[in-house]
Amino acid sequence: MIPASFDYSAPNTLEEALKLLQEIGDEAKILAGGHSLIPMMKLRFAEPEHLVDLNNIPGLSEVSMNGDTLTIGAMAREVDVEDSEEVAKVFPIFKDAAKLIADPQVRNFGTLGGNLAHGDAANDQPAVMLALNADLEITGLDGARTVGIDEFFYGFYMTAIQEGEILTKITIPVPSGKVGNAYHKLERKVGDYATAGVAVQLVLDADGTCISAGIGLTNVNATPLRAERSEQALVGTKVDDAAIEAAAQAASEDCNPSSDLRGSEDYKRRVVKTITKRMIAKALERANA
Amino acid sequence: MKKEITLKINGEEVTAEVEPRTLLVHFIREQVSMTGTHIGCDTSSCGACTILINGKSAKSCTILAVQANGKEITTVEGLATADGPHPLQEGFKLAHGLHCGFCTPGMMLRAVELLDKNPDPTEEEIRWGISGNLCRCTGYNNIVKAVQYASAKMRGAELPNTDPVFVE
Ligand SMILES: Cc1cc2nc3c(=O)[nH]c(=O)nc-3n(C[C@H](O)[C@H](O)[C@H](O)COP(=O)(O)OP(=O)(O)OC[C@H]3O[C@@H](n4cnc5c(N)ncnc54)[C@H](O)[C@@H]3O)c2cc1C
Ligand code: FES
Ligand code: FES
Repeated sequence: MIPASFDYSAPNTLEEALKLLQEIGDEAKILAGGHSLIPMMKLRFAEPEHLVDLNNIPGLSEVSMNGDTLTIGAMAREVDVEDSEEVAKVFPIFKDAAKLIADPQVRNFGTLGGNLAHGDAANDQPAVMLALNADLEITGLDGARTVGIDEFFYGFYMTAIQEGEILTKITIPVPSGKVGNAYHKLERKVGDYATAGVAVQLVLDADGTCISAGIGLTNVNATPLRAERSEQALVGTKVDDAAIEAAAQAASEDCNPSSDLRGSEDYKRRVVKTITKRMIAKALERANA
Repeated sequence: MKKEITLKINGEEVTAEVEPRTLLVHFIREQVSMTGTHIGCDTSSCGACTILINGKSAKSCTILAVQANGKEITTVEGLATADGPHPLQEGFKLAHGLHCGFCTPGMMLRAVELLDKNPDPTEEEIRWGISGNLCRCTGYNNIVKAVQYASAKMRGAELPNTDPVFVE
């Protein structure tokens, strides 16, 4: 399978890339890791006229823990975050997720920015970013703006990134208090997209009361979904069995899965409930460790 | 419009004109005429097309040839040296890590990076490490043994039993 013809540019600076995007307009497509885009182009689901490759632009791939913020450049590869022991100390959730995202070769290329910008509810990083309350920096010729993760996903394959803009950076607050986070998805085999996936982050105060909770769901809605009622069911509690049951029940009710090859709607709701319970328990264990 | 690219393949510099839509695997097989890199699924799933780009394993059916401009590529043709086969090639031979051999080049290139990052992997790490490479023949056990052999040989450790029918 060979993509339809297109023109290709690989600018060396962000400025140059933004100018190109503006010149070419809506026939341009950004190429990051290419591991969502190129398969779609091979199948001719996407036929952009011009690819603007970001891979030659320096400075877009940093991964750093800086006091109260984790910064991930949009062009950081899945493997860069997966391999960072510094990130794993506070955010083991990234190792949980990486292991379940595709396979090592794909993670060598796929970028965190691309995983979000693709706007696919089946991708795993969106749910993780919802749980961690990420902020996304989007840059255009007029400068950069920051969009909260809750305002980022619009609809099927649609995000807050406008024509001519580039997602440049992801920032994640390091909460104060006891923090625990975890991700799991059910997959039929290695490399499969999620039947359903759940990301959880809990922040506890000194005596174990939950002061904030983030829960994101993968592939059970048209867009990545925040399980708001589940979060509310945990905040203010000691995250006891009753609270966990209530949160998991709410997640299974509030998601909107469709019946497909990966299972029926009813089955997926049950999967969401089970994984939500397990991930809250795991996040709790990590917060108390 | 064609683009000129210059890259190193197995240490040799190659300059060529390619259409932007040319996939790296097609470039390697058809323009450079190295057919050791296979195309299995053509949908980014099987790993038969795995090569190394600047030392990182990559599915060459999911990468454009133009993206390899300025890069160093290693294919199965570049594994052996004048001194003989690569320890992984030896391991695959001794442990019967292949039957039809279709998956083998990709499997070995993936294992090169795996051992580079983790010279002494556990069996579980090897199995996760090659999870992007499918084999329809061997059932994987002897592939794991082949990688364990190469790991031991490259570390100078005691060589494990590579008998293809040996089960611990
Ligand atoms: C076999 C296989 C299995 C996979 N399994 C999983 C899985 O289980 N879970 C999972 O989450 N993902 C999976 N993926 C997808 C993979 O993680 C992709 O790499 C990722 O979704 C997209 O990242 P990319 O850098 O490759 O983006 P690209 O493919 O380069 O781009 C994707 C889209 O985002 C846009 N884009 C990219 N970067 C930017 C930017 N900085 N600013 C603005 N727009 C941008 C592009 O224009 C394009 O529309 C799989 C892929 C393959 C091939
Ligand atoms: S041919 Fe590239 S992954 Fe199968
Ligand atoms: S040896 Fe035949 S596919 Fe692996």
